[in-house]
Amino acid sequence: MDTASACLIITTIIEGKNIMIEAIFTYKFLQNAFLSGAIIGIIAPLLGAFIVVRRLSLIADALSHVTLSGIAAGLLLGQKASLFAGVNPLYFGMAFSVGGSLLIERLRNVYRHYQELAIPIMMSGGIGIGVIFISLSDKGLNTDLFGYLFGSISAVSRTDLYAVITISAIVLITVYFLYKELFILSFDEEFAKASGIPAKAVHLAFIILTALVIAVSMRIVGVLLVSALMTLPVAASIRLAKGFKQTIWLSVLFGEISVITGLISAFYLDLAPGGTIVVTSILILLGVIIWKKEKN
Amino acid sequence: MKEKPPVIDIRDVNFRYDRENVLEHINLSIPKGAFVGLVGPNGSGKSTLLKIILGLLKIKEGSVELFGIPQEKFKEWDRIGFVSQKANSFNTGFPATVAEVVMGGLVKKVGLFRRPGQKEKDAVKRAVKAVGMESFLTRNIGDLSGGQQQRVFIARAIVSNPSVLILDEPTVGVDSQNVDSFYRMLTYLNQELGMTLLLVTHDIGTITDKVTHVACLNKYLHFHGSMEQFVELDEQELSDLYGHGIRLLDHHHDH
Repeated sequence: MDTASACLIITTIIEGKNIMIEAIFTYKFLQNAFLSGAIIGIIAPLLGAFIVVRRLSLIADALSHVTLSGIAAGLLLGQKASLFAGVNPLYFGMAFSVGGSLLIERLRNVYRHYQELAIPIMMSGGIGIGVIFISLSDKGLNTDLFGYLFGSISAVSRTDLYAVITISAIVLITVYFLYKELFILSFDEEFAKASGIPAKAVHLAFIILTALVIAVSMRIVGVLLVSALMTLPVAASIRLAKGFKQTIWLSVLFGEISVITGLISAFYLDLAPGGTIVVTSILILLGVIIWKKEKN
Repeated sequence: MKEKPPVIDIRDVNFRYDRENVLEHINLSIPKGAFVGLVGPNGSGKSTLLKIILGLLKIKEGSVELFGIPQEKFKEWDRIGFVSQKANSFNTGFPATVAEVVMGGLVKKVGLFRRPGQKEKDAVKRAVKAVGMESFLTRNIGDLSGGQQQRVFIARAIVSNPSVLILDEPTVGVDSQNVDSFYRMLTYLNQELGMTLLLVTHDIGTITDKVTHVACLNKYLHFHGSMEQFVELDEQELSDLYGHGIRLLDHHHDH
């Protein structure tokens, strides 16, 4: 590559960056999307670290599908009942997700020896109910729906952003003050119970937080890909980290890089951000695996 | 002995799962500073007895006193450290350092919503040092050998400075070369730090020269006494003790 073309590329990038920054200042929707994305990039992998080590990755997936039925219910009610016309469907998604998380816990107790059964039950239930709501609603939902399934840059509203900020504040405060309980519960549940830690209450708080984070993250990454943002950065960091705290920090770093890179490329290439974010985190994961292999 | 209450005092405990009697007429008292070996074949009810002592199983018949306090009223659980058979159940892929694992032993003591400070970090270092693992503080637990992991779990159990340490088959998963140094460490905890130890094992041979008291369990407690009394038993009595018979022996102790 000669210097001239290198310069050209750099100028394009710088100009591109300027366009981006200008656009962020000009368009509210971009501010909403980038701020929400940046925050979700922190809290989704943060909770994800606990989810992965507790081997609950699939629960995140099940909950995101339940969230979809909540969103569909919200959209439908907004169309059919004037009472709900102005209500953000995200709130319905959050309510369904929390309800679903409690139901999963019940199912896991019902099927003590087949605990993973709770996951396909909730997953298919979530999609099934969601699809019924979608078929019942008037046409025109499809564009909204695409955003909910795969994430969207343009559809993030101010109330979405406020929901993200509120939930994230709750998550950060809870994890800060319950960190040692969450850690010991993840590392050694039996020991946690034996030493008199309120394991049930801590677990319940954790699963509800997870449900809420999934619901609010979905606006950016989409229902089908939200669990990826919780697990892929952790999958990469677990290969490198010494200790659990480092696992969390690295996960957050990888998650944040994925979200920002994903959103920027989604903006320029006019793609669904869910796709670009997940592809970025997969590239990071591959890079880590290969680097680790070369090192050994 | 009489003036100070035993640290663990079990009286006339019976226990059954569904219809099957697991423990019958168990009387066992552990004096302060003792190193007690609780031996018995697989399925003899050793783990059940431990769970009863730790309050994880509720008894309907008999009584358990801890430090002279009836178990129902006992609150100071941090005075009792417990090490389970970790080598079998532990997720070796878990990304936690030795220091993080040992800090887990202080979670209850620090209390809900509080974060551990320098005092706790120092306690972790002391406990890790007591088990001879101080050079592994920042290593991931999964990268250690079975014996080293078991030491880390003992450090976690003693970090809150308990006066009693209960160990359930601690040498499972420890390779034979390291078993000796493992027992040396237990003797150090017992003699130098004054910790009362209750060690559960199915392998009577390895502990006879290390413990101060022996209790033989097989549904009934067949023998409970000091090491001196134990070595006086003749071969026939020993094989009865350790065999699968459930016959009560003549010299069965009544406390």
